Amino acid sequence: MAEGHPHAAARFVADDERLHWHDQAVWWIRQKRDAASAPVADWEALRVAAAGIKRHVLSRLADLLEEFERNAQAAGAQIHWARDAAEHNAIVHRLLADRGVTRLVKSKSMLTEECKLNPYLEARGVEVVDTDLGERIVQLAHEPPSHIVMPAIHRKKEEIGELFHIHLKTERGLADPTRLTEAARHHLRDRFLAAGAGLTGVNFAVAETGAVVVCTNEGNADMGTSLPPIHIACMGVEKIVPRERDLGVFLRLLARSATGQPITTYTTHFVGPLAGGELHIVIVDNGRSEVMAREALRGALACIRCGACMNTCPVFRRSGGHSYGYTVPGPIGSVLAPLRDAERHAALPFASTLCGSCADVCPVRIDLHHQLYALRQDLARRHLVPWQKRLVMRVAARVLAQPALYRVAGWLARRLVPLLPRRLVYMRWNVWGRGRELPALPPDSFRALYRRRHGQS
Amino acid sequence: MASRDQILAALRRNAPPAAAAPELDGLGMRFADPVAQFAESVVAVGGACVRVADLAAADAALAALPQAASATRVVSLVPGVGRPSVELTAVADPHTLADLDLAILPGELGVAENAAVWVEGRALHHRAVFVIANHLALVVQARDIVHHMHEAYERLAGRPRGYGLFISGPSKTADIEQVLVVGAQGARTCTVLVVDGPAG
Repeated sequence: MAEGHPHAAARFVADDERLHWHDQAVWWIRQKRDAASAPVADWEALRVAAAGIKRHVLSRLADLLEEFERNAQAAGAQIHWARDAAEHNAIVHRLLADRGVTRLVKSKSMLTEECKLNPYLEARGVEVVDTDLGERIVQLAHEPPSHIVMPAIHRKKEEIGELFHIHLKTERGLADPTRLTEAARHHLRDRFLAAGAGLTGVNFAVAETGAVVVCTNEGNADMGTSLPPIHIACMGVEKIVPRERDLGVFLRLLARSATGQPITTYTTHFVGPLAGGELHIVIVDNGRSEVMAREALRGALACIRCGACMNTCPVFRRSGGHSYGYTVPGPIGSVLAPLRDAERHAALPFASTLCGSCADVCPVRIDLHHQLYALRQDLARRHLVPWQKRLVMRVAARVLAQPALYRVAGWLARRLVPLLPRRLVYMRWNVWGRGRELPALPPDSFRALYRRRHGQS
Repeated sequence: MASRDQILAALRRNAPPAAAAPELDGLGMRFADPVAQFAESVVAVGGACVRVADLAAADAALAALPQAASATRVVSLVPGVGRPSVELTAVADPHTLADLDLAILPGELGVAENAAVWVEGRALHHRAVFVIANHLALVVQARDIVHHMHEAYERLAGRPRGYGLFISGPSKTADIEQVLVVGAQGARTCTVLVVDGPAG
């Protein structure tokens, strides 16, 4: 079992100033999302359409993947299939090794983070450069992204300045975002020009045309696929959309939900390779077909990775992406992670207030808080919640099921708890009480008050 | 092929009940003046928009921009606009475009709601040209401005299949403390010239 969200989050909140800084930074993006979506009169109709397309896609995903494969191959792409992360990594490495490529430039791909591709390739002598600015920052800091859209949102500009001073030879103490970005532009240009291959993720794969669509603001995916002759695009099986016109729906939702922009700067439709080059598309399952079997949870496969659920989540904003211990943090990550490894990520479905704000902002209407609740029930059935919680729940269930017992327990608690010394009430087994105060216990029960007021039972 | 067949079999085995794809009719917002809205959107995404009467006026408007005036290495794929010094068809290796100052490219259509301009891949010769150039100018006919993305894909549906992209404004990032910085990896500026008159 991993350390668990509560412990990692406790470290994050220990720095009060940083906690509030992070909260505000993330909330600011939520506000930009609101400002960008409010003027879109058909916003709700768009969400309904997007959810409908995704439902349709899941119901005939195998057919659509075959159609995509045919059309992509007809355009000159080569298709590879990987059941799991190990097979995915081996395919990518084989493609590079067979062509003698030792320098790879990558644009953002959460799938390759999920598969831990970078360390796999680095151990085999491939220099991997993440070219999204945020991803480059966390790569230089030897840490995973803390957010799927803004990978370095947990880093302050002074810290980035220090990293760049060490690795990019910028002047010491430089913390101006414009000048740091300019330094990164030069640094990354050199890497683009020297690369033997470019790897990208995939935002959408269009069955009807065989196109893979990649959305970026920086243009790093375009630099990385137009200079080196080899483009490797890695996608989860769920990235399919049936028709090109479906893109109109998703592109109107994606950037508005992610960053509050009306669309990303570059939305590139890759159909076939560069002249004289190669386009390889690696289609990865890695547990997704198993998620599809779970009726209450398969909706999570509709996720388009906009990050809106994170930006609105009161728990994410105050605990930071790293405390989730999974590639995708926040509400959607708290669903996806236990689906991959329930034991390891058993704490994540509880890292939520179930307030439902995530489901409200989700552009594809994933019912995230219901899924988190379903996962809690599932984990409890499998005894994957801590014994204290199980014990309390079992006792509570007993007491609440028997009115007489409930009355006695209430009477006892009202009299006993105020007399107990604080360190007994908040002893270390009272996990709930670690971050919370019990309300003052009233002298009388609700039942007694009600009877007094209405003169009857 | 073992993996392919296993994955497809698992997806078929676990597929939820059939659900029809929704119709997309009626989606999209319409604007009273889509060209004016387009110009507004271009500015909102960090670009500049100039409306001109014809290609000669487009050429003059471009020449007046400092990034065009100081450009020495220039590609133009719009005849009559700009002072091209690099002939793309003569470029064998896109790496030699690394010091390209300005690229002037034709846009097939512009989208009023989000400033996106569709650039068709076939015309480019080198895909790198739009992103490696320090500055970008896109030339779009006013009659090719559509209201929204749904209309854009309707218009694109008839074209031969191939590489292409939407460009909306200059390259940008906000990865350092949410501060918007224009000119991340690609074009530092993006000027869209909207031409009212007939082409060429």
